[in-house]
Amino acid sequence: MRAVYRNALSCLVVSAAIGAATLPAHAFRAFVSNEKDNTISVIDTKKLKVIHTMKVGQRPRGIMLAKDDTWLLVCASDDNRVEVYDAKTYEFIKTLPSGPDPELFDLHPSGNPLYIANEDDNIVTVVNIDTGRIEAEVPVGVEPEGMGVSPDGRYVVNTSETTNMAHFIDTETNETIANILVDNRPRVAQFTSDGKLLWVSAEIGGTVTIIDVETKKPIHKITFEIPGVNADAIQPVGIRINKAGTKAFVALGPANRIAVINAKTFEVEKYILVGQRVWNLAFTPDEKLILTTNGTSNDVTAVDVRKERAFKSITVGRYPWGVVVAKD
Amino acid sequence: MRRAKQFVYSLMPRLMRQLSVAVCAAALAGVTPIVGPFDARAAPAAKSADVTNIPIVYVKEDRERLPPLSLLEFPPDDEGAAGVALGIDDNNTTGRFLKQKFTTETISSSKPEELIEKVVAKAKDGFGFFVVDVGADTLLALSDALSDMPAVIFNAGARDQRLRDQDCRLNVKHTAASYAMLTDALAQYLAWKQWRRIVLVTGPKPEDKLYAASLKRSLKRFGLKLLAEEEFRYEAGSRRADGGFEQVQKQIPTFTQKFPDYDVLLVADEARQFGDYFPFRTWKARPVAGTHGLFPTTWHPASELWGASQFQNRFNRKVGRDMRQLDYAAWMAVRSIGEAATRTGSGDPKTLIDYMLSDKFELAAFKGQKLTYRPWNAQLRQPIFVATPMLHVTVSPQPGFLHHLTILDTLGVDRPETKCTAFD
Repeated sequence: MRAVYRNALSCLVVSAAIGAATLPAHAFRAFVSNEKDNTISVIDTKKLKVIHTMKVGQRPRGIMLAKDDTWLLVCASDDNRVEVYDAKTYEFIKTLPSGPDPELFDLHPSGNPLYIANEDDNIVTVVNIDTGRIEAEVPVGVEPEGMGVSPDGRYVVNTSETTNMAHFIDTETNETIANILVDNRPRVAQFTSDGKLLWVSAEIGGTVTIIDVETKKPIHKITFEIPGVNADAIQPVGIRINKAGTKAFVALGPANRIAVINAKTFEVEKYILVGQRVWNLAFTPDEKLILTTNGTSNDVTAVDVRKERAFKSITVGRYPWGVVVAKD
Repeated sequence: MRRAKQFVYSLMPRLMRQLSVAVCAAALAGVTPIVGPFDARAAPAAKSADVTNIPIVYVKEDRERLPPLSLLEFPPDDEGAAGVALGIDDNNTTGRFLKQKFTTETISSSKPEELIEKVVAKAKDGFGFFVVDVGADTLLALSDALSDMPAVIFNAGARDQRLRDQDCRLNVKHTAASYAMLTDALAQYLAWKQWRRIVLVTGPKPEDKLYAASLKRSLKRFGLKLLAEEEFRYEAGSRRADGGFEQVQKQIPTFTQKFPDYDVLLVADEARQFGDYFPFRTWKARPVAGTHGLFPTTWHPASELWGASQFQNRFNRKVGRDMRQLDYAAWMAVRSIGEAATRTGSGDPKTLIDYMLSDKFELAAFKGQKLTYRPWNAQLRQPIFVATPMLHVTVSPQPGFLHHLTILDTLGVDRPETKCTAFD
């Protein structure tokens, strides 16, 4: 999930800034959604400790920042809404309509609107985050899940878990313009920072498909092989690609590892052992750390990006799901 | 203007919204929306207006069955057919992007000959996919009747081991789990718990005997010890008597008093006539497992594991009840056809049949890993819940049971031991 750093000035930002705490230099705050105990753990990335626990709506999954990292948006899946919190004071601001069972979302680079995957309704809901109005509903495949907006804001891509497609939606017309078949149970769609390629993970298929955005055709498929790990347990979900477009990290679910991939050649270079059932991950803004959410072991692993080594695990709530890191 | 219109649209009732979603999706894919039931007389798998029609026939043998012991266990009339219907919906949501249209119709009869005659007539008309819930003998007769036609049968109902072994057929795939897979799933968990001393109570019906035989095989396979076995006799159909618990409360302790000390009492009552009498009534305070108590099952209506919540919701919304094993097996059959059609871009039965047996085929079915067909007998591999009526207790294979190919092959009869030769 790319955070959006524009449209900073609004009265809400000002009110949020008043309550902001002073943080040590180079310490970022990571927000982790805990699916089973309805909380968000806030982690100080310097101390690598949980500094606050927010009580939120039921079954929090997708999580992202908006309004120059002053708003925290949370998909409260079982409450059928998106909740907005002040990312500094952790206070509740408002809810946004989301359509049923929101799971993942992404924001247009202009800061609005928000595109939400409604896993239980085969649609993508387009919501204006300021007015809270639903602007459109776009029909997609069965069990919409992953959402990714292209860096230029032209396309929003949704993956559908049972239809096994990446649906390209034109953000001008809110219509699907291309439907690309990938492997079974696609989860996450991630554009490269230059917007030229789209990476899509297939959890059951065990692969990551690279799609050329210009031609909307798959150009490569990454497969994984880990000695001593059953192939069925290798289930790619979260994908993060560095801004330079040279390295990618893919979370491999019950294989309990993340893969380090050369993002130019698509070669898997290394596997890093993290916690159990690793699903999502996020860079710190300086790209020095990557944090992974390990659902079954109830922890977050901190990985040193340069050394490509896991060095700390942080206990969070039950079944950590999503993670996002604020720039301050 | 567009925004205003879409806002109103979002306020439309859910049903209308879904209808318009379907219509606009069809328009999106450049096809004319088809409203009303599919005309079964239309040529199957034919391309009309660039849309490939893929019809699937659901075949049900109406069998005489005794009413189950519990009023809560009466099978619904649409058992199985409802799973097919959901599978068709799921296939069509994908199909609309690929110009494939899946349809279904049901053939049912209590007379096997009539059923086979109707199915053969359909196959002669070019229909290639039959999802069936019939008895083992009818299944074999049906398979033989279709043996030289480009048609495939998906066995969604029969668990008999012989259909996967000595009586296996090249044109039959099994989405239903075999007895061996089910009882292995249970035995693995008992072994994991170290509950090794077993006594067995078997009912008098042929299906009870099959289940008991399978249990005994599984006990041996996973190192559990059968200390004693007893047959439980009952007067069939006595469930409706007003009263009766007073006697059962005395009868079951007396019946189980003679057993040597054991860890678990297994009960084999596939006919569902007496098994529920055993939990909480045994002489010793010991758990009951098998067909009742702690039981192995391919589906559990309370499972929300591996993204199943939405799947359960879709089924409940469509059908208005919980999903049963037969529905799940039928859904997997229809989804197998859909998955093969999606990947091959074809509606031709032979192309799809070949694809389903190839190593490229994989099915996502809310079990946390891909499901594939065993190439030696076309049985779908699947993890199996070990559960109580309200919730799963665990999912087998259990940790520690290893296999060089896939741990799913620790459930059921494995390749080196199979008696099936049709696929050699």
